[in-house]
Amino acid sequence: MLTPRRLDAARGLGDRLFRLQLTATGITVLAVMAGVGLFLLLRAGQALRARGLSFLTTAAWQPDVHNFGIAAVLTGTVLIAFVAVVISVPLAVGTALFISDIAPRGLRRTLVTLVDLMAAVPSVVYGLWGLFFLQQHVIGLSRWLSEWLGWIPLFRVDGTQPGEPLASESVFTASTFVAGIVVALMVAPIQCSVMREVFSQAPAGEREGAYALGATRWGMIRSVVLPYGKGGIIGGTMLGLGRALGETIAVYLIISPVFAIQWHVLQTGSNSVSSLIALHYGDASDFGMSALMAAGLALFLLTLAVNFTASSVVARSRSGAQSEA
Amino acid sequence: MTVVEETPLSGAGHAPPPPADAVVRPAPPRPRRIGGVTRTGVLSLCGAAASGICVTVLLFGQLAPFSGALGFTVTAYLVFLAVYAVLTGLDEDAQAVRDKVMTVVLWTAATLLFSGLVMVVGFTAWRGREALPHGNFFTQDMQAAGPLDPLTHGGIAHAMLGTLTMITIALVITVPLGLACAVYLNQIPGRFSRFVRTIVEAMTALPSIVAGLMVYATWILGLGMQKSGLAAGFAISVMMLPIVIRASDVVLRLVPGNLTEAAEALGAPRWRTVWHVVLPTARSGLATAVILGTARGIGETSPVLLTAGFTAALNADATSGPMVSLPLAVFNFVKSPEPTMIARGFGAAAVLMALVLVLFVIARVIGGRGPGHRTKRQARRGARASRADVRRFEELRAPGLSLFENPGEPLPGKDAPTAPATGETD
Repeated sequence: MLTPRRLDAARGLGDRLFRLQLTATGITVLAVMAGVGLFLLLRAGQALRARGLSFLTTAAWQPDVHNFGIAAVLTGTVLIAFVAVVISVPLAVGTALFISDIAPRGLRRTLVTLVDLMAAVPSVVYGLWGLFFLQQHVIGLSRWLSEWLGWIPLFRVDGTQPGEPLASESVFTASTFVAGIVVALMVAPIQCSVMREVFSQAPAGEREGAYALGATRWGMIRSVVLPYGKGGIIGGTMLGLGRALGETIAVYLIISPVFAIQWHVLQTGSNSVSSLIALHYGDASDFGMSALMAAGLALFLLTLAVNFTASSVVARSRSGAQSEA
Repeated sequence: MTVVEETPLSGAGHAPPPPADAVVRPAPPRPRRIGGVTRTGVLSLCGAAASGICVTVLLFGQLAPFSGALGFTVTAYLVFLAVYAVLTGLDEDAQAVRDKVMTVVLWTAATLLFSGLVMVVGFTAWRGREALPHGNFFTQDMQAAGPLDPLTHGGIAHAMLGTLTMITIALVITVPLGLACAVYLNQIPGRFSRFVRTIVEAMTALPSIVAGLMVYATWILGLGMQKSGLAAGFAISVMMLPIVIRASDVVLRLVPGNLTEAAEALGAPRWRTVWHVVLPTARSGLATAVILGTARGIGETSPVLLTAGFTAALNADATSGPMVSLPLAVFNFVKSPEPTMIARGFGAAAVLMALVLVLFVIARVIGGRGPGHRTKRQARRGARASRADVRRFEELRAPGLSLFENPGEPLPGKDAPTAPATGETD
């Protein structure tokens, strides 16, 4: 007589070993991930102890005379990411809606592939494009923005007068704005693929219900797809923001670093935490390295906070709840 | 939830208000067309485009002091939208007008994004055309080539070899660890694995330079090792690991539950279920996850920048001496003001992009198949395995074992329940 096999979690030696091994892997991965924060903190300790809270409020970066802080670079990082998100989100939402609802059916798969391919293009390639192509073409737009919107402090550019077309163009190059556009193009595909994923999960019954009540396609999108995909839009935006905050090479290639808080996004000169590290790691003394580690730690914590917020927003929204199942 | 605020049916707008004893009914509502191309639609699009361009030419040339190609495009687009709205408004209701205009806006957003991609890729390939035709570009390193040398000297062989070495190291670490961790997240649910999943998801957007810093802090400063290809491989692994885990986790979740349940019902232990059912079913998706992670890892510059050092010479030894990867070589080439160096940079970038593109196409070809789909060779192998199983089972049909009796097929000795099933074959 055969008895049915017991269905408990670990049957026999093989399964127990298997479980043990998998759990060990999980712990290893967790250790690696935790190690990132831990070792940065360990190395940064020296610099953080030396500076205390003024690490957050100083704009200069002269670690060898103990005068350094991340006020300028953090502002630059956030501004670049802000410009990037402002430009990329409309593009990403539009493209995601286009792919999920408007594009001809035969084209959709190709477009999805293209978006994913865009996300895989190396950042150094985007940087090259921004440096050698975009920079010269964007000056006109920068000039226009600064002339017409110069009364907003964010868009003001010192060293140029409105209505002076022959003013030096160099005040508009290597700015936060140019870096922001390039980073926007890098993060838009990431945001777009998150959003499209969520949009395409909007329940077919509700879509058809909207159509049955006489909605147009845009009416359906506004009343069904967008409310359903709200979590995806927020989550995708934040995910892109996380990438934008951490982008190194494209930003490094484009901006000319300044160590002062630069609010004027169109003005030449900007900075970011990651390009600061890339710029100074080579010639840093022991203490300077510790200071760079502290800057890296700040960046790490910032992106971590953004990512956690993103994933909890997606998980809590209706769209996330469904994809979790 | 209000689905639509107002549902004016076409034709109902200009119907007279019906009298109290409504005898005259408005025309029966036509179902709304959703999407699709109509002659009117195409004509109003063309008309609006033409008028947009004309009005803008007039504005720029005669009336207002505007200038610049970008301003021209933006103005033309806005005029086009306005005219298009008016044209559609001639014979459609407000909702349909909004729908038409938004459709055009969404088309524009998608076109902008994709033309951005085409521009980035096309520009790099175009500027790479100077360096790429030279055969020495692929076979030599930069050791003997100075910054002023023409493109017939020097190449990126050292960077290609470096990329290959680093990504191999990263894959050797990432693939077993990443896949096992994804299996762990799926197979052993619980509070701890949920925690691991949260951490991994938060780490997917880990700034790559932080991954480089971490390896720099532990391997180079902590353990006193040199900058080398190995360290760069570690840094790339730290960056790739969460990406691979997350993508594989998603794919493993798609494995149909009835397959694993069938395996469990047949009495397979968990590890056999995973090894013989879950992983083969998700094979194509897992391959895609790994390849996409590889594409990201190959293209990263900043972890390599911190951990690999820089050299112009070919270095095949990953454990000692600096090593250069393709993106790092691009980065160093374009920092030079020399046109030939910049041309080399673009050439290297084009090679890098081609590499990513090839990886991506492979991923799509493999990942295009759904879970459980098998190639011909896999199907043949499966058939061979089941023929072997049939033979094995027949050997097992020993007298006294009622395990393989087929209940649907009447056996000769059916009246006697304990009749031995003698080795009939079908």
